[in-house]
Amino acid sequence: MEEKALMVPNPMTPCQAILFDPELCTGCNICVDVCRSDVMVPNPEKGKPPIVLYPDECWFCGCCVSDCPVSGAIRVEYPLNQRVGWKRKETGEYFRIGMKNPPPPNTKPPVG
Amino acid sequence: MVEPKYMNAMKWPYPVEYGKENEVSADVLILGGGIAGCHAAISAARRGAKVAVVEKGAVIRSGLGGAGVDHWHLACTNPCSEVTPEEMIEVVKGFGDYFFLEYGNGITCYITCKESYDALLDCEKMGVKVRDVDDEFVGAEFRDEKTKLMFAYDYKSRYCIRVNGGADIKVALFNELKRLGVKIYDRIMATSILTEDGKQGARVVGATGVNVRTGEFYIFKAKATILSTGAPAGLWTFSTELAGAPLFQEPNLTGEGTAMAWQAGAELTAMERSSSMLASGGFGYPMYGTGNAHNTWYPCTIVDANGKEIPWVDRDGNVLKTVSERNRPASGQKTFFYGRMAPSYDIWGPNLIPDLPDRIMRGEFVLPLYADLPGMPKHERRVIWGLMIPHEGKCRIIYDTYQRAGFDPEKDMLQVNVMPPDQYIFTAWWGSYGPRQWRTGGFCNGGGLVFDWDLRTSLEGLYVAGQSTYAGGDHSVAACSGRYAARKAAQYAKVAGEPVVERKQVDTEKARIYTLLKRKDGIGWKELRAGLCRIMQDYCGEYKSEETLKMGLRWLKSIRESEASTAYVRNPHELARTLECLTHITVGEIIMQASLARKASNSALEFNRLDYPKKDPPEWNKLVTIRLENGDIKIGELPLNYLLLPPNASTYEDNYRKHSSL
Repeated sequence: MEEKALMVPNPMTPCQAILFDPELCTGCNICVDVCRSDVMVPNPEKGKPPIVLYPDECWFCGCCVSDCPVSGAIRVEYPLNQRVGWKRKETGEYFRIGMKNPPPPNTKPPVG
Repeated sequence: MVEPKYMNAMKWPYPVEYGKENEVSADVLILGGGIAGCHAAISAARRGAKVAVVEKGAVIRSGLGGAGVDHWHLACTNPCSEVTPEEMIEVVKGFGDYFFLEYGNGITCYITCKESYDALLDCEKMGVKVRDVDDEFVGAEFRDEKTKLMFAYDYKSRYCIRVNGGADIKVALFNELKRLGVKIYDRIMATSILTEDGKQGARVVGATGVNVRTGEFYIFKAKATILSTGAPAGLWTFSTELAGAPLFQEPNLTGEGTAMAWQAGAELTAMERSSSMLASGGFGYPMYGTGNAHNTWYPCTIVDANGKEIPWVDRDGNVLKTVSERNRPASGQKTFFYGRMAPSYDIWGPNLIPDLPDRIMRGEFVLPLYADLPGMPKHERRVIWGLMIPHEGKCRIIYDTYQRAGFDPEKDMLQVNVMPPDQYIFTAWWGSYGPRQWRTGGFCNGGGLVFDWDLRTSLEGLYVAGQSTYAGGDHSVAACSGRYAARKAAQYAKVAGEPVVERKQVDTEKARIYTLLKRKDGIGWKELRAGLCRIMQDYCGEYKSEETLKMGLRWLKSIRESEASTAYVRNPHELARTLECLTHITVGEIIMQASLARKASNSALEFNRLDYPKKDPPEWNKLVTIRLENGDIKIGELPLNYLLLPPNASTYEDNYRKHSSL
């Protein structure tokens, strides 16, 4: 078994906060410029997703997602220790954010 | 060998121009571009003033209200309201002041009662949805069929309006700023207020700032300045990990406004107040993200693990049989605020049984609890999950995330986080964590600047709005105080002389900022901030005494001389964060000095002195003020109702008529 081991610093926070889909992200950097805390910086390579430089400073306000022009290009992930669950009233089944084989998404849009 | 702190280092993505000077002139300068700052900018620009807004983040989304708002409070003049501003101010004494009661300022609350609905209509003109124009809620108890307005909480007096376009309200304000030609200076952290001849206590003539991306320096010259930077929020708690989602307080609200105004000589008050409420730091769950019946989720049915419903009661403990009754005032009551947050029986609203913790202990209710959305009437379910959640600040992302994971409010009951039973007493369950030493002076919980009926501070040329006032309020209070302060500031700017900036004051500030770049060793800003929070927790926590406060001041002074003077700075971002730490020390010192000056325990201020344990002795029913004069601390006092005493008129109505410029 040959596995490479690298000497790297630990992750600075036990959560990823912001994730990009590199297939969908156009690198427009709107998210960089709406972020209140400069959590992200532009990628030196034009057209690529921004670099999440300070995930530990993310407030999880979600404005980067709200203002992204490409649906699904950016998403906010709550850390594992802040994921919640719910019970289906009729059946008693239990679900949670992050579970394997989740139920299908609920696509009903919000009011307004 | 690369030092660990430089490992993986990449080139800074923005041009670095430390110290490069930019000069800006304006009639009205606004420090802080949140809700208060934006409404102020719009109001001043419409009066013909040349306006500049300075914002540490980006105006399009920054501030505590930048991610949205679900309800618009104190809209007493809307056509459906059954409560007048005069009646409201009598009942609440000061909502902005919310938890302060008679220690609140009253004015910003009254201004909001008078102007809140107009401010909302203004937002509607800017494109914000505020009515049920799609007729989704026809027939709902909270909807007025004629105006299509939708109300929250008290369906009888109808003073609070649900905003079904609240999630994008800040974007609409930003667009209006641009349309009006307001100059926006994003990513500029204001660092000091400039005064005539550089003198403490003199007329305010502008401010300095530093760009948090490039390190450039800014000199703003202005005839009038409005401070709307918000309240210092994170002085007691700072989690270096997992801080964001549960944090109610906006992390950029680090107290620059308070510290700048203090250095300029402005008078502050109620600085000794802090609260453990909403201060769970990073150790709760996403705000409004677990089952609860608080505020945005009001009045959701809660059931236990076996499906047994937790009863709701009115303020007198009478069990309410229907969901509808949870939205009605008690017999003989004019109006209410949801639940029992405010410490006054007069405005207590329906609440879950107050002895829920005991009943859980006795086994009457079995954990975990659930928010029974499927059990709610159709319109109530939809309005909580489909309107309030996705439009409240920081909550659209909850809606998106949970829906994507398959959560269906018609079928699913969201679980309440499991905690020790006593923590179910306050219904904001997602955040009911943390030691009592974790406190905050942010959001309706702390002190700020003293002001008069013009929202002018003790300094000529300096006005104040939003949470920068003492006892500040929520979204609509920020909006209305911003509009009002700007009317007065614009009026003053028309007659004020040209502002003259003293070069020496600018140079001193530049030196203070850029000397931080010379450090290569020492600790980083995160360790520094966490250390400073510990000082506040230990020496200025729930219980204080002369000994602990003096010890705290000694620690702050020592850290200022030692760790804070050697902390390393590797880029403009860290420069700004390290400057925030220096601010943290200054504001901590103000709070401790103010705490030393109040030699009595006080309920409304959540202030406990171990050496003066007697609560609320009548001779201490007053505001303690604090300011700098020639570098010396001056303690003073004001009667609680100083704004209704001579030279002011004796009623809110008369003062408002005289001063409001409407």
